[in-house]
Amino acid sequence: MKIGTPKEIFAGEARVAMTPASAKELQKLGHECMIEAGAGVLAGFADADYAAAGVEVVKTAAALWKGADVVAKVRAPDAGEMKKLRAEQTLISFFSPVADEANMQAAAKKGATVVAMEMIPRISRAQKMDALSSMANIAGYRAVIEAGNNFGRFFTGQITAAGKVPPAKVLIVGAGVAGLAAIGTSTSLGAITYAFDVRPEVAEQVESMGAEFVYLDFEEEQQDGAATGGYASVSSPEFREAQLAKFREMAPEVDIVITTALIPNREAPEIWTADMVAAMKPGSVIIDLAAEKGGNCKQTVMDEKIVTENGVTIIGYTDFPSRMATQASTLYATNIRHLLTDLTPDKDGVINHNMEDDVIRGATIAHGKEVTFPPPPPKVAAIAAQKKKPAPKELTREEKAAAEVAAFKQQTKNQVTLLAVGGALLLAVGLVAPASFMQHFIVFVLAVFVGFQVIWGVAHSLHTPLMAVTNAISSIIILGALMQIGSGSFLVILLAALSVFMCGINIFGGFLVTRRMLAMFQKS
Amino acid sequence: MDFGFTTAAYVVAAILFILSLGGLSGQESAKRAVWYGIAGMALAVAATLIGPGSGYWLLSVILIAGGGAIGYQLATRVQMTQMPELVAAMHSLVGLAAVFVGLIAHFEIVRVGQMIAEGSDLSELGNFASLIAKKDGVELSILRVELFLGIFIGAVTFMGSVIAYGKLAGRVTSAAEKLPGGHMLNIAAAVVTVVTLIWYFNTGGFFPLFIMLLAALFVGYHLIMGIGGADMPVVVSMLNSYSGWAAAAIGFSLGNDLLIVVGALVGSSGAILSYIMCKAMNRSFVSVILGGFGGPQGEQMAVEGEQIAIEAEGVAAALNEADSVIIIPGYGMAVAQAQGAVSELVKKLRAQGKNVRFAIHPVAGRLPGHMNVLLAEAKVPYDIVMEMDEINDDFPSTDVAIVIGSNDIVNPAAQDDPNSPIAGMPVLECWKAKQVFVSKRGQGTGYSGIENPLFFKENTRMFYGDAKASLDKLLPMID
Repeated sequence: MKIGTPKEIFAGEARVAMTPASAKELQKLGHECMIEAGAGVLAGFADADYAAAGVEVVKTAAALWKGADVVAKVRAPDAGEMKKLRAEQTLISFFSPVADEANMQAAAKKGATVVAMEMIPRISRAQKMDALSSMANIAGYRAVIEAGNNFGRFFTGQITAAGKVPPAKVLIVGAGVAGLAAIGTSTSLGAITYAFDVRPEVAEQVESMGAEFVYLDFEEEQQDGAATGGYASVSSPEFREAQLAKFREMAPEVDIVITTALIPNREAPEIWTADMVAAMKPGSVIIDLAAEKGGNCKQTVMDEKIVTENGVTIIGYTDFPSRMATQASTLYATNIRHLLTDLTPDKDGVINHNMEDDVIRGATIAHGKEVTFPPPPPKVAAIAAQKKKPAPKELTREEKAAAEVAAFKQQTKNQVTLLAVGGALLLAVGLVAPASFMQHFIVFVLAVFVGFQVIWGVAHSLHTPLMAVTNAISSIIILGALMQIGSGSFLVILLAALSVFMCGINIFGGFLVTRRMLAMFQKS
Repeated sequence: MDFGFTTAAYVVAAILFILSLGGLSGQESAKRAVWYGIAGMALAVAATLIGPGSGYWLLSVILIAGGGAIGYQLATRVQMTQMPELVAAMHSLVGLAAVFVGLIAHFEIVRVGQMIAEGSDLSELGNFASLIAKKDGVELSILRVELFLGIFIGAVTFMGSVIAYGKLAGRVTSAAEKLPGGHMLNIAAAVVTVVTLIWYFNTGGFFPLFIMLLAALFVGYHLIMGIGGADMPVVVSMLNSYSGWAAAAIGFSLGNDLLIVVGALVGSSGAILSYIMCKAMNRSFVSVILGGFGGPQGEQMAVEGEQIAIEAEGVAAALNEADSVIIIPGYGMAVAQAQGAVSELVKKLRAQGKNVRFAIHPVAGRLPGHMNVLLAEAKVPYDIVMEMDEINDDFPSTDVAIVIGSNDIVNPAAQDDPNSPIAGMPVLECWKAKQVFVSKRGQGTGYSGIENPLFFKENTRMFYGDAKASLDKLLPMID
């Protein structure tokens, strides 16, 4: 099969869907590769590089669309490209089945197959093809760099001979892939980084990246992120109020705000209101990564940088990945290459569009003259749903007190029963046994009792020394031998002498070993 | 002769022994506690030598010194990994001593009885014999029961400890073995014991005592042979307890309160330890003693997936990136003598500011607290060595968990599979860590012979090879 990549037509788009490196890999799958002349120039890949990698360089887009069986590109096709799309051809690109619905219908009618990169399901097996994540990663990184570019101070705090520089404070809203990438970049530049997300389960990820998670003083039954495929969902009005109040409180302090809050197939929620912008210090920067969907800040102008009256810069660029075209192209081309690997299971250059495969089925929106969107739910759940923990029942004070009283009563009952039974047994023994025996017996019972009380307190880690020391102490039986050694026949003396000897070994051995062990325990 | 002084010394010694055991509640106070124990023992022996045992005091001192020299050699030469064997071997000495002392008591009773019958002069008798001579009929009968019990427990302790020593030292197979007839043999031995007790009680002859001795030795042998290697911590502490009860029984027959007190202390301490161990394995004490697991109640869950191997490079890369690491040592670490390498690894990781801790399961190893001692020997600070309950909640926030030579104590089947033989046993939930490395010789199962689903988990990688060799390979790659 011929895999072809045309030059992107969209204004300002610098990315390209095939790199010389990915082309080599594709050829290993048995495919031939072709590229439109100049397609990779903006991303830093010259035609000569492609040619060197064995890629056929064709002069015009028309020739490419005509010759290629599979067209891989970045942006969704425009009207002109839609015309060039033909039956039996496969198009792989970003392609929103909602926004480009007409195009999707048209492609299906023609009999072309369309694989939409944003529809790749979020399951572990498909991560290597998840172009949304790889692009979001770049966007998050670039957002911080862009913010730094427009921010007049250092990120890191310094004390220099020329004075003290306070560290920048960065707030990142939305801890998705882009948000986490931004957190990583920001913390490694040395800024104090705060992050917020409506999904409390990501707090751990945020903290693992070195940022401080902003907790709200708010109790709500949170929807498990696993149920929505790991994406955020709409929160309740009360929760929103609590969230905005927290941001309002933080606005005067933070220098840079990066918002990445998006909910799939919805307009971006407003989370940085006009009054928060007004409360910010002059020179502060807001990067709105949701600008394409209307912006998390309503003052954001898509694809532009504006400065508000109070000197706050608001950046609404939507082409962050394209601004790092080389990196973005490399990652995107790899995503495409992984997808084609899955489409070519036998590595024989023949595409097998297996609609039974969860990943391929999910991403294909037009196939065999039919619109195949929306896909059926995948067979494998994206993220294992967390088991709902049964909430510990909040006990009222009375209930708690009652439970305590009940426990106390139970304990008392147990102890009294034990004491009664034990006492009765002792009495029973006392009735038969002579007084001289009872004297010893009482000592015995008391010693057992003391032993039980004392041993419970021994630390777990000291159980081996405890055994060694009790072993040494148990050779107290030497007393018996010592008492007997002087009385009686030769046999008695011999046996007693042997006992004394063995106990001697035990006493010295046991105590020494214990001391050796204990001497090894040391604090760090 | 007045022994008021000796009794006073005994009281002081008993208190010192109690303080000695109580002091083991913390690592620092434990160091002082041993000295209490030593002082108590020295006081007790000295008081006895001056008082009731003064007859042959020189011989006694020489014997103690001789035994002490051997004990000293043993204690200073023994490897920390051989500690379980040593403890078991020492228990056998106490058991044997108890048997001898009990037999002496029997001979003395017979001798004194003969002398009374002959009407000879009783004032010539030694201390112990004159004590017997004062006893009346009922007291003598009780004395017989006491010394009978002392010999019985002593013999069981002796034989059991010898077998336990053999198992721990690898000279006897560690698998649970039973003679044909199983528990019937034990019951038969118990019946023989009871019969001989009645016989001895009535006649006072040596023959029933001898038969009982044989039966007791058999019980000790058969009981411990029937217990598998994984249950050894329970066995050792159980034998510890027996040696205490033997001492107490002998104390009764000799009328010596200090023996009774100390025997009871040791006995109850061993019993509690056994109880703690059994609880940590979620097994009843009886089922451990009777040996072997109960048959599985139903189909065990099949384990799906494959064990994915990893090389030292991969482990090193993960460790270099990790911020928090938890190491779970087991008997495999002791066998491979890898504690030094583990300690070195920990030192290197901690030098990089990583949070490294140890998670110790109560039954890891072959002795209660075995792992703690090994790690202490390798100079791992004890404040990073945690108990299961302290650390189990921290696994989800841990980057890397390393399992070194442990198996059943990290088996998720204990929680997930109600039909697993170890179902309900508390385990270290290491699979909740982001990544788990398992250092293991090969693909075999652990002591209990149960497949471990941990090895098949997605975040688990198997680091095959001898624990020490693997760690030595890993160490230079940690920077």
